Amino acid sequence: MFDIYDFYEKMEDGKIMLSFKGEITPDLLSSILLIMESKLDNLGEEPKLRKKVYNVLVECLQNLYHHNDVNNETLKSNSKTALLLIGRNDQSTYKIITGNYIANENVDNFRDRLEKINSLNKEELKEFYLSTLSNEEFSEKGGGGLGMIDIARKSGQKILYSFTNVDENNSFFSLVIQVS
Amino acid sequence: MDTLAIEMSAKTPLVKLSPGGKLEFRGRSIPENSIEFYSPIFDWIDSFAADPQPETELHIQLEYFNTSSSKCLLDIFKKLQTLHVAGKSKVTAHWYYESDDEDMLEAGEDYQAIIKIPFMLIKID
Repeated sequence: MFDIYDFYEKMEDGKIMLSFKGEITPDLLSSILLIMESKLDNLGEEPKLRKKVYNVLVECLQNLYHHNDVNNETLKSNSKTALLLIGRNDQSTYKIITGNYIANENVDNFRDRLEKINSLNKEELKEFYLSTLSNEEFSEKGGGGLGMIDIARKSGQKILYSFTNVDENNSFFSLVIQVS
Repeated sequence: MDTLAIEMSAKTPLVKLSPGGKLEFRGRSIPENSIEFYSPIFDWIDSFAADPQPETELHIQLEYFNTSSSKCLLDIFKKLQTLHVAGKSKVTAHWYYESDDEDMLEAGEDYQAIIKIPFMLIKID
């Protein structure tokens, strides 16, 4: 039988506060935000850190909700399924980990954008944010490409990510954001 | 012209837009679909701008807002900027932030840098 205690211990050792795998819906996002808000409150985190974690989490969750542009025909699992893990170590460093499918045709553009964001310093990120905010039109999903820039600005860290090829049409995008 | 009043929810702010020229936003703005939430607000401001008061005050006091709302907020600022620049109404923007909330102060400064209307950053405790 699947060892549930082992699974529990792994989550405990990994300091996982919350984990979810499944379809991302607006109601689910509301619930996760509510749970995390009360956890942050109970842990007595500084208001500044609490707000940063919450802000970054909102953007990460909404990325998961808006981006599931995959080719279902070749995919074994449900394309709308995504993964979310939130961890916190004893030094109050939070890790927000997400995983979701992405169509192979979109990987290069997205990787370029992430590389660009990671190459910028604080001041350059601000400039990039402002020019994206004022020049670009809304995307059909409403995000307008600001989400990742905002995550980078608020977390103050480089974005850790990887793309794993799944099949001829799809890849799996993994993201790790640290907030402290 | 009627007041547009929207109650606060878990993901959307309290909105009160009065024909007298006071436009208020308070709470959180983190809806998944911000355009859907903001479009009646844009419509109201367009009607207001057709026959405005001599003075218009915009008050924004947000705890959180997501990036898709940030585009909508910019659109509100731009509509009011047009009104101000045309000399149809003297517009002032009031952006409130909590004293420990550097990100919200920075967000206010971001708009201040883009928008050419008198813009006040107001610290609250």
